[in-house]
Amino acid sequence: MKFIEFKDVTKTYSNGITACADMSVGIDKGEFVFVIGLTASGKSTFIKMLYREEKPTKGIVAVGGVNVGKLRNRKVYKFRRKIGIVFQDFKLLPNLTAYENVAFALECVGMKNSEIRPKVLKALEIVGLKDKVRSFPKELSGGEQQRVCIARAIVNEPKLLVCDEPTGNLDPKTSKEVMDVISQINKDLGTTVIMATHDKDIVNRMKKRVLVISNGMLVGDYEKGSYKASESV
Amino acid sequence: MRKEVIKQVKAFRIFFRSIRDAFKSVVRNFSLSMASILSVTITLIIVSVSIIIAFNVNHATKDIESELNIVVYAKREATEDDIKNLISEIDSNKLVRETEYISKEVQKTNMSQYDDTFKTILNFLDENPLLDSVIVYVKDVKDMSKVAEELREIPNVETVKYGEGTVDEVVDAFDIIEKVTIGIVIALILVTIFLINNTIKLTIYSRRSEIEIMRLVGASNTAIKLPFVFEGLIIGLIGAIIPICITIYGYVIMYNTMKGHLFSEMLKLIKPFNFVFQVSGALLLFGALVGMYGSLRAVRKYLKI
Repeated sequence: MKFIEFKDVTKTYSNGITACADMSVGIDKGEFVFVIGLTASGKSTFIKMLYREEKPTKGIVAVGGVNVGKLRNRKVYKFRRKIGIVFQDFKLLPNLTAYENVAFALECVGMKNSEIRPKVLKALEIVGLKDKVRSFPKELSGGEQQRVCIARAIVNEPKLLVCDEPTGNLDPKTSKEVMDVISQINKDLGTTVIMATHDKDIVNRMKKRVLVISNGMLVGDYEKGSYKASESV
Repeated sequence: MRKEVIKQVKAFRIFFRSIRDAFKSVVRNFSLSMASILSVTITLIIVSVSIIIAFNVNHATKDIESELNIVVYAKREATEDDIKNLISEIDSNKLVRETEYISKEVQKTNMSQYDDTFKTILNFLDENPLLDSVIVYVKDVKDMSKVAEELREIPNVETVKYGEGTVDEVVDAFDIIEKVTIGIVIALILVTIFLINNTIKLTIYSRRSEIEIMRLVGASNTAIKLPFVFEGLIIGLIGAIIPICITIYGYVIMYNTMKGHLFSEMLKLIKPFNFVFQVSGALLLFGALVGMYGSLRAVRKYLKI
């Protein structure tokens, strides 16, 4: 069994729209996978099912041996502690500094302050924000905020990093910086990365495995570097 | 065993961090906190005033009611023993709170002091025309007419007098006043709860994305709720400060300027100490509970998304 398994997954929303139809795919530990597709193709649903923001209507979504769809609402938070999530809109707590935002992920687990401090500083160092620890999100640029978000996602050393269009709100230069940080984490820490994006430049440049989703179906699964943006959708 | 201990230590950490985070949040969301605190302050002032009025009204009516009494006149031919029996029989009535014996001689001096005309008339007569009497206070003024009827049956009783008609009307009126004031206080308290709840709900509504983020980052529901509950507690306590000051100083000053009574000597005000402290305690408790409850309800609502 692979680290992440989608087995005949179907997701139908209550308004009748099927965002995911009979999808089966497996992802190994340590892989870096892009998920691409047009808006409303079902790419976001695919990503959201990974961290159980959405439950599959049919089929099994398994992450690290956990059947995510079967998780009880009360237990979801424990599962989320084991994965890191990077959002398009950063989702930082506006009244907390960069340090506090990252530390929050550890504080809510009940970790000791003396353990939290080095971990948070290390995570912020990895994303290159060691000198901005006391800044509030509104004092940071978009790229910096995204890097705080990445630091928060990796601070509890997750095996899986889920990124939902992390560069969607950033200019090409900052996008590249953020992508470098993420691929560095993938390489150095062995974290599995799954990233939804529609930034073709990034996909072409990085030469990683690519899943193409269209109309809720998996229409292409390209091995490392075999995908060319021109062929797409 | 060890696992249990670690779990408890973690729970304690989360608990104390919640208190810290609550203070942090009150300070960093200053304008929102201020809005909630002010709404608590204003409504608690109204509650305080209404409680003070209601308690004073009840105090005054109770005071007046306790002065209402029945006068039992003994027969002229009754001997001293007869009167003793009479008093003990009245005392044995379960509805009677207190009796006071007034002999005709005492009554005579009382009346002489009261009015010179009486004095002249009483001195002119050789014999004391008055009757020995017993003043009877009942436990509950509503039973007054019933008690009066019962007292009439006792031997050696000449007449029984109480403010028939008037007393019943006064008692009825007081009853209504009491119910109305209590009703107003309860209504005001409900309105207060509603107002404070709504203000807190609005401030938390503007922060509902924070709740969502906390969930996504892996905070348990309890860990999300606790800081908000403590925040509500802090807001309730801070909001109660001004109303408490107003209650203590305002009431003491009012009591002193009015010399302890309202309009006439008959309407006595409640003595300020410990009354103001009791009201203050109630305000503090009320502010704290409503603040916590309001926060808890609002967070619960946004946790469900």
